[in-house]
Amino acid sequence: MSTIVLLTMTGLGLGALYFLIASGLSLIFGLMDVLNFAHGALLSIGAYGTWWAASGHLPGAGPGGWGFALAVLFGTAVGTLAAVVLELVVVRPLYTRPREQVLATVGVGLAVPALLSGIWGSDARTFPGPQALSGTFRLLGADVPVNRLVLVAAAVVVLVALRLFLGRTRHGLVVRAGVEDRAMVTALGIDVRKAFTLVFAIGGCAAALGGALGGLYFGSVDPRQGTSLLIFAFVVVVTGGMGSVTGAAVAAVVIGLVQQFANYYTAAGLGDLAVVVLLAALLLVRPRGLTGRLA
Amino acid sequence: MSTATTPAPTPTAAPPAAGRDRSRLLRWWPAAVLVLLIVAPYSALPVPGLLDGPVGSPGSLQLLATCLLFGALATGYDLLLGRTGLLSFGHALYFAAGSYATNMFLLEAGLPFAAAAALGLCSGTALALVLGSVSLRVTGIGFSMVTLAFAQAGSILVSRNPGGLTGGEEGRAAPADLLPSWLVGIDHTANLYWITLAYLVLTLGVVHWAVRSPTGRVWEGIKENERRVEVLGLKPYGFKLTAFVLAGALASVGGLVHLLLTGGSTPQTTTSDFTLSLLVMVVLGGSGTRWGPMAGGILYTWADHRLGDLAGSGAVAELPAVLRVPLSQPLFLLGVLFVAVVHLLPGGLARLPSRLRRPRKEKK
Amino acid sequence: MSTPPVNTSPVGTPPEAAPLLAVRDLRVLIGGRHILHGVDLDVARHGVTALLGRNGAGKTTTVRGVLGLVPRAGSVLLDGEETVGLPTHTLVRRGIGYAPEDRGIFAGLTVAENLRLAERPGADGPAYGLVHELFPELKSRRAQLAGTLSGGQQQMVAIGRTLLNGNRLIIADEPTKGLAPKVVTEVARVLERAAEAVPVLLVEQNLTVVRRLAEHCVVLADGRTAHQGPAAGLLGDAQATRRLLGVGQGPLAPLTAEADS
Repeated sequence: MSTIVLLTMTGLGLGALYFLIASGLSLIFGLMDVLNFAHGALLSIGAYGTWWAASGHLPGAGPGGWGFALAVLFGTAVGTLAAVVLELVVVRPLYTRPREQVLATVGVGLAVPALLSGIWGSDARTFPGPQALSGTFRLLGADVPVNRLVLVAAAVVVLVALRLFLGRTRHGLVVRAGVEDRAMVTALGIDVRKAFTLVFAIGGCAAALGGALGGLYFGSVDPRQGTSLLIFAFVVVVTGGMGSVTGAAVAAVVIGLVQQFANYYTAAGLGDLAVVVLLAALLLVRPRGLTGRLA
Repeated sequence: MSTATTPAPTPTAAPPAAGRDRSRLLRWWPAAVLVLLIVAPYSALPVPGLLDGPVGSPGSLQLLATCLLFGALATGYDLLLGRTGLLSFGHALYFAAGSYATNMFLLEAGLPFAAAAALGLCSGTALALVLGSVSLRVTGIGFSMVTLAFAQAGSILVSRNPGGLTGGEEGRAAPADLLPSWLVGIDHTANLYWITLAYLVLTLGVVHWAVRSPTGRVWEGIKENERRVEVLGLKPYGFKLTAFVLAGALASVGGLVHLLLTGGSTPQTTTSDFTLSLLVMVVLGGSGTRWGPMAGGILYTWADHRLGDLAGSGAVAELPAVLRVPLSQPLFLLGVLFVAVVHLLPGGLARLPSRLRRPRKEKK
Repeated sequence: MSTPPVNTSPVGTPPEAAPLLAVRDLRVLIGGRHILHGVDLDVARHGVTALLGRNGAGKTTTVRGVLGLVPRAGSVLLDGEETVGLPTHTLVRRGIGYAPEDRGIFAGLTVAENLRLAERPGADGPAYGLVHELFPELKSRRAQLAGTLSGGQQQMVAIGRTLLNGNRLIIADEPTKGLAPKVVTEVARVLERAAEAVPVLLVEQNLTVVRRLAEHCVVLADGRTAHQGPAAGLLGDAQATRRLLGVGQGPLAPLTAEADS
């Protein structure tokens, strides 16, 4: 029983991390038809930003208490800024060339991890965190690490915030309409490119937050972390339907749980394999899964 | 170098005789380069900066062979990207399959090299046929992601080391005793170099021939507008599968050459990063051009090796961090260069000469 | 916010002045193929100008070219100002309401949200009063998903969006296409009423609707302007009608004769 509880909580934590990456990916693809291969790099920037600040480089930030919260805020802000710069400098000039947009993000996805390992080395760095979040708590006879809960809580907050933004604000309305028919949005007199920058900012913010909290989950940061998570985020996005935030949330939980349980109860690594094969199978059975609608 | 002649007064007039002779001579530059490459192992010429030792030294030949190998791989990959318009993220799989399958037939079945190589190539090609026929059921970015998923599955499988077959993260060395002796050891680097060169020539030849065949013209049509090909009553699926399998087979041969050149199979060749680097090579050099992908592959591989060496040298170590850090990361520089090429030089480096010439040359 | 205040009524502009919209030598090239070879058309400052032509003549492409939804070359003057080179949203904000051929409804959004998207900052604010007066159904169905509406109701949303702002020009692309006869009449009535205040460029296959509404007409053939002039002149001449439009079912075809063609 305790194993199942632990696996469930770990799977949920992983799912939360996937959701933080996949929600932005899904919105960006839904609105702009750009599969952002640099999204993992945004997560890494958030992780390194938080690590850098929490390691005592940012006045006021540190590994404990409010200092850590400030570090997470800093990492998330840096990631958001990076995403905005990415959209304005790399993606926007290629507006009329969709394939080149994808290629350019591939280039950024290669360059950023290389730059990070150039600055801080290619080995994993221990991630500092507050004492309160490094312990465990008892749940139904299992000792569950607290950081799982932090991730799940953050993912729920992001999900609720995204739903409120999409459902209750004019910008959210423009994003939802743009996912359906970008040209018609411009034909109503709306500058849809502002929404592009906005979804990149939102996606970068969520991914960077995922990086900051993922550091807690994994206990360390390394330059390739974001990129290796990206493929599973792709699985989530396709499973949940492109452009659908709620779909991404459900899919992230399912994928996280399947992966954890399969990895534990069958040969290790088989869960990863199962999830990746699931991606191929889904695309083949439901090729329209890529053109899902926002829910 | 430039073939630009002074613009003739009328566009239909023949170019001056001298210019025509020159351009006829220039047409033979690939043959001249090939001869140079063939005799390179006999040369003791030092090329400071470009290579560490003289051209004919084993170290230099190894680097040259690696460059040629990736030049060929990129050329084969462009059969999909630049000729048929298929963005595959799983090309590494067929390369790795050629290497690992051959290696396993040697190690596990103890087959003689020729048989193992033939079976390895068949395995790689068959894998391309099976996975290609499945992946091509979806189009656009869906196809890209299915190929990515399959390649990722292969990568996970290899690193999981099922039954000790793949050697996991360590990879597996090829059994030296089962390989022909003239292909083993540092003394025979020249032989490996020639094999790689032959592979490059083979790939260039096959791609050139395939693109000019009737099938190749359909590929071009598919790349430009798949719908219009359908309207003509042709089914794009079969043509796309042909391209996919042909490119997969060429990659498998490349995997075999890589196995010989490096003396083993490594899991790095299965990763999606490996395919992405092929993508970078092709776009860097010029997708859909005859020489571009090859040039991109050679340039990328050379830069990747040499910049890494350069980073360890004293000259770079003394630079301020702002310059030292990016210079020590070849992938950073290549990534940035790639983004720059995508933005500023659509068509890649292969278009550079004509771009530079255009302001001076009269437009047709 | 860079939108200039929209001139909400044609009052004050002399009726005989230069056309509101003057298109000259409009060319559109899509996928290496010329769709338009040089279209000239004028939209008068009042009333309905009909854009006619057989299927594939380039009517919809002309409209999309005018709006910059497809890459175009040539000249498109709106009230004397060149608009080729402007992004679509900027051009639209200068006072154009557009109801596209496929209605351009956001199926996953509610009726109210569809209308809210069309709101633009203007002098008087969105004219929901007018829209709801013309289409009372849109008020009662405001919370319904637009994708679940009937074709006629969707067309009401599309036209409603063009009436929400004080536009200088309304462009309606085949607003009666595929609608039931009763709905066609209703749509025609609304357009007639709208045209009292705002000039309308109407792409239409239904000649009965054209006869009822249009004062001027432009006929396209093979991506070029084939005829331009008063509507009565063309539609009164059965031979010219048949030659230019390939139709000619007597002086007055039934209302729905062309609705599905």
